[in-house]
Amino acid sequence: MITKQISIFIENRRGRLSEVTDIIAQNGINIRVLSVADTTSFGILRLIVDDPERLETILRENSITASITSVLSVCIANKPGGLVALLRLLEDIQIEYMYTYISQEGDDACIILRVDRNEEAVARLTEAGYHGPKM
Amino acid sequence: MHFFQRDIETMPRREIEAIQLERLRHLVDYVDRNVPFYHKRLAQAGVTADKIKTLSDIQYIPYTTKADIRDTYPFGLFAVDRKKIVRIHASSGTTGKPTVVGYTKQDLETWSECVARLTMAAGATEDDIVQICFGYGLFTGALGLHYGLEKIGATVVPSSSGNTEKQIMLMKDFGTSALVSTPSYAYYISEVARDIGIDPRTLNVRLGLFGSEGCTVELREKIEQAWNLFATDNYGMSELMGPGVSGECRERCGMHFAEDHFLPEIINPETGEVLPRGEQGELVVTTLTKEGIPLLRYRTKDITRIHYDTCACGRTHARMEKPTGRSDDMLKIKGVNVFPSQIESVLIAIPQVGANYQIVLGTKNYMDTFEINIEVTDAALLDHFGELEKLQKLVHHKLQTVLGLDAKINLVQPRSLERFQGKAKRVIDNRVR
Repeated sequence: MITKQISIFIENRRGRLSEVTDIIAQNGINIRVLSVADTTSFGILRLIVDDPERLETILRENSITASITSVLSVCIANKPGGLVALLRLLEDIQIEYMYTYISQEGDDACIILRVDRNEEAVARLTEAGYHGPKM
Repeated sequence: MHFFQRDIETMPRREIEAIQLERLRHLVDYVDRNVPFYHKRLAQAGVTADKIKTLSDIQYIPYTTKADIRDTYPFGLFAVDRKKIVRIHASSGTTGKPTVVGYTKQDLETWSECVARLTMAAGATEDDIVQICFGYGLFTGALGLHYGLEKIGATVVPSSSGNTEKQIMLMKDFGTSALVSTPSYAYYISEVARDIGIDPRTLNVRLGLFGSEGCTVELREKIEQAWNLFATDNYGMSELMGPGVSGECRERCGMHFAEDHFLPEIINPETGEVLPRGEQGELVVTTLTKEGIPLLRYRTKDITRIHYDTCACGRTHARMEKPTGRSDDMLKIKGVNVFPSQIESVLIAIPQVGANYQIVLGTKNYMDTFEINIEVTDAALLDHFGELEKLQKLVHHKLQTVLGLDAKINLVQPRSLERFQGKAKRVIDNRVR
């Protein structure tokens, strides 16, 4: 359920996103999930990839600031109320950000969550029958 | 053609120089007796008043620098008892301590006289209603013009800076005929006027007395067109007195010094040697009549050239060209004196920034733009989005506190800052001059 995410600092200028993704592609790394948060002057690109450690090294060699964080990857029912049920379980846990995607196998929706207390969240979710996707 | 003191302003050069020599000798004696700092300096150089036989003997007197004033902070260079000082002014300092100057009653009188001369030379008269849009306070600009303009009998409106719409209302209601401001603020007011549906040309403003920052010919023309006014420049600095050191007449072919009060020289900033007349170099000024804080050969760091021929306006006092630059790294941003070291000391103290920064200056709508690029090298900042925004706000706030200037903070990727021979280039000045 815990998976590694890589966060990359992106300057908000034309062509910068393609420069970074080009470096990732040229090194044969596949992007599974992607999210971009931005302000008017900069953004943070968050990725789930095959090999985050290798990508971090490659990015550092290219003078790109990146960091690896542990996030939760959870499958939820792809129907109304699916997200609410999960969030209720984590009501007292601080959620920094989240983003969703549809898993490659089956109908499940998946959600990536960055929370302040990973282990506690995993314990509660597992107990309630949640599981992570097959990555 | 208007003169405040025609006999002095059109005096033959030989007579000006005779007055300068007499006052210089008196000054050397005066500071020798009253300022311990100068007593020591002059003794080391072996200079006494009776050794000054001609004006060129000034070259044996050591220079005074801004550091000398700072090192004796706050009142160390004052030549009179503090009781005789009736006014204090100060300019921003490089290390947090300002450069302090003090005026006696006579100094304020002299100052008003010098400013009165330049405002009349620019075309101001007692009929004028003059709005002073410089910030009032420790800076010399506003009060210097204020007293000089009162002296010629003009009606002074001390509206200070800011609140632009109200400035325009006052101009309209009072029939303001002359404007004192920085050139960029003058242009800005005209734009705001248009925004609120007032054509500045329909207002009564006919004369601009601009100072405190340089003005390109292009900007001057823009201002003149926008307002339908006649724009003039004047020059000064608080260490020397404030505005009043020199100013343009209607011919606008250089700024006339008040040469009976200020003795200008041009030197080679690297070697310190005096350059022949007509050459370009650093302006050095001796205050011939100041009582409170007289300065011998003060290095202004401004690069200019001086012309000594009689002006078409009839004035014989020498004229300086608009300074083309500085002999140190001081920047003038939005009219505020800033040393890159001031910015550096702020940024270095923020651990997430360190040495990974760059100062970028530009021009937009004839105003300076001030931006700081910061390389994001601390990967820990990426976890929480708010951390990056917090860093931007922190840097902005600290610079605002120290410099009084709003900087736009840009976060950029590492190694994107221009580097010169491995060393980061700290200041990129793209301003139009």
